[in-house]
Amino acid sequence: MYSYTGKILHIDVSTGKTHVQRVGEDFLKKYVGGVSLAARLAYDNTPKGADPLGPDNALCFAASVFAGTMVPVGTKHAVAAKSPLTGFLGDCLASSYFSAAIKRAGYDGIVIKGKADKPIWVFVDDDAIYFNDASDLWGMETFPTEEAIRAKIGDERVRACTIGPGGENLVLYANLTNDRGRQAGRTGMGAVMGSKLIKALAIRGTKSVQMADIEKLCEMARKLGEVAQTTKTEKYRVLGTPANVLAMNRLGILPTRNFQEGEFEGAEKVSGEYMHEHFTEKAVACAGCPIACEQIVHVKEGPYAGARTSVDYESLFALGPNCGLDSMAGIIGAIERCDAYGIDTMSTGVTISWAMECFQRGILTKKDFDGIEPDWGNHGAVVALVKKIAYRDGIGDLLAQGTKRAAAKVGKGSEHFAMHVKGLEFAGYDVRGAQTFALGSAVGTRGPCHNRSLAYEADTHGEVDRLKAEKERGQIAKEKEDFAALFDTVMLCKFIRGCFKDVWTEVAQLYTCATGIELTADELKLATERAWNLKKAFNIREGWTKKDDWLPPRCLKDPIPAGGSKGAYVKPKDLRMMIKAYYKARGWTPEGLIPKEKLIALGLEDIAEDVGV
Amino acid sequence: MEKQFQYIVCDPAKCVGCGDCELACSMAKHHVFDPGLSRIRTVRIEPIVTFSIACRTCADPPCVTACPRNALTQDPEKGIILIDEDLCDGCGWCIEACEFGAILLNPGTKKVEICDLCADLDEPQCVKYCQKDALYVGVPEVVAQKMRRDVVSKLLRELVETT
Repeated sequence: MYSYTGKILHIDVSTGKTHVQRVGEDFLKKYVGGVSLAARLAYDNTPKGADPLGPDNALCFAASVFAGTMVPVGTKHAVAAKSPLTGFLGDCLASSYFSAAIKRAGYDGIVIKGKADKPIWVFVDDDAIYFNDASDLWGMETFPTEEAIRAKIGDERVRACTIGPGGENLVLYANLTNDRGRQAGRTGMGAVMGSKLIKALAIRGTKSVQMADIEKLCEMARKLGEVAQTTKTEKYRVLGTPANVLAMNRLGILPTRNFQEGEFEGAEKVSGEYMHEHFTEKAVACAGCPIACEQIVHVKEGPYAGARTSVDYESLFALGPNCGLDSMAGIIGAIERCDAYGIDTMSTGVTISWAMECFQRGILTKKDFDGIEPDWGNHGAVVALVKKIAYRDGIGDLLAQGTKRAAAKVGKGSEHFAMHVKGLEFAGYDVRGAQTFALGSAVGTRGPCHNRSLAYEADTHGEVDRLKAEKERGQIAKEKEDFAALFDTVMLCKFIRGCFKDVWTEVAQLYTCATGIELTADELKLATERAWNLKKAFNIREGWTKKDDWLPPRCLKDPIPAGGSKGAYVKPKDLRMMIKAYYKARGWTPEGLIPKEKLIALGLEDIAEDVGV
Repeated sequence: MEKQFQYIVCDPAKCVGCGDCELACSMAKHHVFDPGLSRIRTVRIEPIVTFSIACRTCADPPCVTACPRNALTQDPEKGIILIDEDLCDGCGWCIEACEFGAILLNPGTKKVEICDLCADLDEPQCVKYCQKDALYVGVPEVVAQKMRRDVVSKLLRELVETT
């Protein structure tokens, strides 16, 4: 077997037992790897109705088929489990040396179940699995944990995926961190690991990765890497994704003050350009990446002096304009703390902005905030709230549960501006001025997500009239999901997506060079559609109904007040029309369920009885 | 002219720490992807230090002096370290002697391996595959020239900006 290892490692931390499941080429070709494989492992290993924070929820890691190879931006891994934030499937991606370690230790996937009786860290040392006492690590921040584990073993080859205080305290949107700046960021995978009392999954992989045709693969990889040095990735290489701040501001869809506005008066001061000039030290890369988008920034003076972290657009929007912050140093300070505590910057930012709007409207008062006055733009308050969330201190206990639960508890009309779908907080594009992405956000299996639905590209790149709703958007949204699923399945970082001429064929060729398994572009397309349906199937099994595919009231009732999308909102009848068209494009029933025949056609006959209609 | 030996030079300002040089080396020498079989190694000291190191072809190589079995010799023309596989028994004295950590002990063969600048190929494969042009082959004099050029350009630019 080439590139693949044919092995899935199962670890039960309740019993301390492990076993290796052998999987063949047919299975691997069908699920490919990444999110698709992780979703299949989650479907098979998490029983219906499992408590997301209970021992039955399986935390599933899956390596990219390209992990540890020279395929550019292919050294990635996926994590999937039932999300404590949404109650549906949570699926995340991360990358770099930890991803390669999974493969090099000899596994295509790792499934962790159970709950330890005291804090532990799990060490996968190639074929040997150790359960170590983590009482001295419990309470540590994310990256120091990884460093401490490396120091214990005394070998730099040890890579670890860790949780911080956020995951320990079961913040519902706690994340998993590896290689310092890489996070399986959304949907609360860190809370799942924390619920199992696992502080870290450390891996030392020392095996070689074999290729079926290494010369051809290297040649293709080198050419692709060269294209990745051109203008096609310039945005990512030069400013990184923070380049989006001014672009979205111009379009009037830069979420501002909890999505009350789409244009931020302080945008220049928190732009990628400003950051680059005043704060960026260096761009670094994940393992195997020729792009190097990660802009490492450093605050040299003021209250956040010494803060050093990487900043991307989504973190920047959520904790910046969305909280009214026009202080780049303040935003960096907040992001750095989120990363250290191991909590999702996006959900953290959007939950804090919800609380700030509650304060603006007098729904929550200074007393509720333990004396903090979270006026818009008060970065000291934002950073203080970040800490309270991570430690579930005072109001942090409420905010640690995300906007959906917090608004349900507080009530008083705050549900109107709780900016989530399915419990997951929004990404940084106000969907009222991006109607295709409004649809994509409503129907996404993990919630509203720019990474799973590239529908925003249709809007922001001018492929469609972004302010108009029409039924053709159903097909577009479906295609943009499948396109994203291609990158999440094989896996490749989406930042290379502009570097192909015929992406499906070229990726299929890379796959065959790596694995020796024949794969056509059509088979690859089917695999991505299978992956999407599998995620949906998981949700259906958990009780998903059509009403879960909807947008929060603000999107449907409050027009954007000014700027490039002035007056825009999502009309409920338009949304219904687009959702109907989307279900049809997917081959689903008008109720959004998957017909048995569809599942069978996708090769998912074994789950057709469970979830098909 | 006094001879200077070439070696793989890494420009830390251009290196992004991706590790592709390690994969290129293991591919060229062992036909697999495996940093553990690479003669050039990437060093990442988080969050911003990224650098790759291979044999520096020292003028008076301590690895050669350290080898108790005389398994290592320096090629008088190229400066690369030649290893007599029959004599090397993997004791690791040379690894301890090398100040740059640039010697690999192959865990399979139990013999050491040292960058030979891909003597049998057109160019070192790590240089070929480095997409950031962070690696190049240089002799000390040329490396110093480049450093001088870089520093003077920077100084002049700062002068221009302040006047």
